[in-house]
Amino acid sequence: MNDIDITALELSKKIKNKELTVRQVVESVLERINEIEDQIQSFLFIRDKEELLLEADNIQEKINSGELCGVLAGVPIAIKDNICTKGIKTTCASKILENFIPIYDATVIKKIKEAGMIIIGKTNMDEFAMGTTTKTSAFQVTKNPRNKKYTPGGSSGGSAAAVASKIVPLSIGSDTGGSIRQPAAFCGITGMKPTYGLVSRNGLIAYASSFDQIGPMGNNVSDCAALLEVMSSYDEKDATSRKINDYQFTKGLIENIAGMNIGILQNDFDNTLENTIKKALIHSKEMLEQLGANVSYVSLPFTLEQALSTYYILACAEASSNLERYDGVKYGFRAKDYNNLQQMYQQTRTQGFGIEVKRRIMLGTFTLSSGYYEDYYKKALKVRNKIKNQLAQIFEQYDVLLMPTAPVTGIKLEECNDNNPTKHYFSDGYTVIANLAGLPAISVPYGYDNNGLPIGVQFVGNCCEDKKVIQAAYTYEQKIKGQQLKQNINSKR
Amino acid sequence: MENKKTQYETVIGLEVHIELCTKTKIFCSCSTAFGSEVNVNTCPVCTGMPGSLPVLNKKVVDYAIAVGLALNCNITKVTTFDRKNYFYPDNPQGYQISQLYHPICTNGYVTIQTDSGERKIGIHELHMEEDAGKLIHDEECNCTYIDFNRSGVPLIEIVTEPHMSSGDEVIKFLEKLRCRIQYLEVSDCKLQEGSMRVDVNVSVRKKGDIKLGTRTEMKNLNSFRAITRAIDHETKRQIELIEKGDQVQQETRRWDDGKGTSYVMRSKEDAKDYRYFPEPDLPPVVISNDWINAIRENQPEFREEKIDRYQKQYNLPEYDSRLLTESKQMAQCFEQTTLLCNRPKEVANWLMVETMGLLKDRGNDSGKIPFSPKQLADLIVMIDKNIINRTVAKEVFERIFYDGVEPVSYVKEHGLAMVQDDDSIRLAVEQVIKENSQSVEDYMAGKTRAMGFLVGQTMKAMKGKADPKKVNQLVEAYLKTLTNI
Repeated sequence: MNDIDITALELSKKIKNKELTVRQVVESVLERINEIEDQIQSFLFIRDKEELLLEADNIQEKINSGELCGVLAGVPIAIKDNICTKGIKTTCASKILENFIPIYDATVIKKIKEAGMIIIGKTNMDEFAMGTTTKTSAFQVTKNPRNKKYTPGGSSGGSAAAVASKIVPLSIGSDTGGSIRQPAAFCGITGMKPTYGLVSRNGLIAYASSFDQIGPMGNNVSDCAALLEVMSSYDEKDATSRKINDYQFTKGLIENIAGMNIGILQNDFDNTLENTIKKALIHSKEMLEQLGANVSYVSLPFTLEQALSTYYILACAEASSNLERYDGVKYGFRAKDYNNLQQMYQQTRTQGFGIEVKRRIMLGTFTLSSGYYEDYYKKALKVRNKIKNQLAQIFEQYDVLLMPTAPVTGIKLEECNDNNPTKHYFSDGYTVIANLAGLPAISVPYGYDNNGLPIGVQFVGNCCEDKKVIQAAYTYEQKIKGQQLKQNINSKR
Repeated sequence: MENKKTQYETVIGLEVHIELCTKTKIFCSCSTAFGSEVNVNTCPVCTGMPGSLPVLNKKVVDYAIAVGLALNCNITKVTTFDRKNYFYPDNPQGYQISQLYHPICTNGYVTIQTDSGERKIGIHELHMEEDAGKLIHDEECNCTYIDFNRSGVPLIEIVTEPHMSSGDEVIKFLEKLRCRIQYLEVSDCKLQEGSMRVDVNVSVRKKGDIKLGTRTEMKNLNSFRAITRAIDHETKRQIELIEKGDQVQQETRRWDDGKGTSYVMRSKEDAKDYRYFPEPDLPPVVISNDWINAIRENQPEFREEKIDRYQKQYNLPEYDSRLLTESKQMAQCFEQTTLLCNRPKEVANWLMVETMGLLKDRGNDSGKIPFSPKQLADLIVMIDKNIINRTVAKEVFERIFYDGVEPVSYVKEHGLAMVQDDDSIRLAVEQVIKENSQSVEDYMAGKTRAMGFLVGQTMKAMKGKADPKKVNQLVEAYLKTLTNI
């Protein structure tokens, strides 16, 4: 049986129609975990069975009594381990927060609890969301459910793998430079980074504050839109939170893009874009045209290298400051041997952080240091503003842009090592654009390459036009559905 | 040495931290109450918990603008916050949220009166920031605890230009600054309690030199006296160094008031690189003209304006006007009491002599006046109406001051009102004269002083409740009738 090999919205409908109880749903989630989690390793923490079943019964009662009537009531969900959950360990996949139990719920957690969703557990990730493979996790290696020789991508690799391996129909990730969209693409699922400020960051453990954004990951656009509707809100606890008129993103689930102006990105990154992905874009162009959209190629006035450098300078600078609070004084890991305060700091941070986190802290500390600030940080800030303005101009002509989510379809586990630390930085080239400008972007599956690896493409929209992005992606998804054969993830290859 | 000293001049600039008395902290809604149990006024934000975010308390901006206007500053239209990064256990986030690139107020001044006339002391900038927690060292267990109650309490830092040249000028500046801020009621500015902290930058140069000498920064100055002493000491130390052919090192020094000396805390080489950068969690604060005007309209009448007005409107001497306006509470008490009894000079006297005297006895420097304007006004009216005499009034005033009694009912209940009917006074006079024939004889013999004794005895017989003027008249009249016989 696999009751949950259906979408979240179908699942909740079945719960409402009494075809399934919430308890049955949770039991099947746990069953699926037993079946597959050993091989995939997407979770860092899975909640106690009894506790989950008790919660399931409570939610069932509330659904029966009509107290809970949201579209996702009773739907199980997995949470990336950098989002604070009260009373549940939240580690950022880092030794330095190994036993950290938050005393408060992130705003998104409050919202999904209010909606009657059931948190199954916390998912693996790159340490402090720094990475593109989930391999920088201090605790375990997550495998791509589509091909276990490959990484699930990152940093929200655990959240992507948990959905792709059909453990949960929905998960929450965070996206600083592509951390939702790239693993979604690698795992063949849908993942969305909303407009910056749409989902409260309160309780999201910061990597790079001006880029970080929480978003939904699921099997299709509809589920993601429904989850975004639940998660998003103006939050007075987040000063960068954005007030918009309408949070009903499911209204964007309209199968129609006739007359929409769509630009297909022409920029390449040192000719690294894989051929299959190029072909996918050409084919996508045809399909979009068939659907009545005005499609044309567009070249960005900046290079992907520029975008990528800007992103890494600014994100690392913010990270170097955001991660200063992990000093061994108040919570988390503290080194054992030290003779004075300075040593305590040094040993704690040397032993507590992994290599990639240390690398980015070092880079960020450097670019903020006196004498370098002007040349690096300040210049990057200027470039970021320029990129923002240039993108705003582009969106005067286009409703959405279509571009690859990643330049490759996957990264092999064995290819990730510390010999060439920045080798995989380039795989963020296409995704960082949306983060630099705070734009909404959604990655949807196109199909598979010859090796059976999923290909993802992303639609990027103008600021606050999340609904339009959802509409484009939804229409595209409906068209794709008829064209591609779904691959059984359990098949050997 | 002394004559060498006169060849030099001292150049002083200040960095003044002032704790604002908002009800809640600058970036969270925790209370700022002083003296609570440790770590009671804390939350994920002010303890630097992962995932927590700062949200600006608008009241802090209001207060900063008000102080900026009171110091004749320009208000920055788009002001931003920056992170100052450093590791220290009392700093839970690993950075302090402060302002470097676009501070809220710039380019102001304060005028002070010096021996050589009026001087303008420039204000370089004023910025907002958060306070740190407090470390509590426990000798017994050889460990350190942290109290985060103070973490996130709002501060403003005022940075002056190096426009002062002596300890005396510094004190005059600080007194004026403190007075303005107290009038705004945005801080109590207590050096001892740390709600006002002053760091002094001192350098010396040969008179006539244009180039500034190397400066040192002095910390841990907990009283005006300590500030003056530290400046004198540092000036002397620097001159001695230069005279010896040494150089002054740019460094931060800590003043030890007990020993009357200072020592190096940090040399320039140890100076930290704070890696300031714009705080990404807080959007820029846009300050509209309307916002500024609303605050400007609510600015209080400051001391200088009151001193002028008191002389003009109430005909008070300048001395009185100055004294009464030292604290806003005293000035308000004066104005409200005068409004009730319309006797400005009388009110001024009661406040300057009795009230200030008793406040001083009590060692109460908070300036909190323990009675209402109505209580004092009632007392003054009773004197005016001859209901009580001054001796009784002073006793009643003490009861007002210490016990909070209502003067009118107190006088009634204790039968302190003066005896108004002349007959009973006359009876008392007759009795006194009968009993003191010797004094009467002395008076007859030309010793007029004897009359004073008789008046005193009559007052005593009346238990002090007679109008001394009246008693005087009656005694004199009675004695005259005797001489006429």
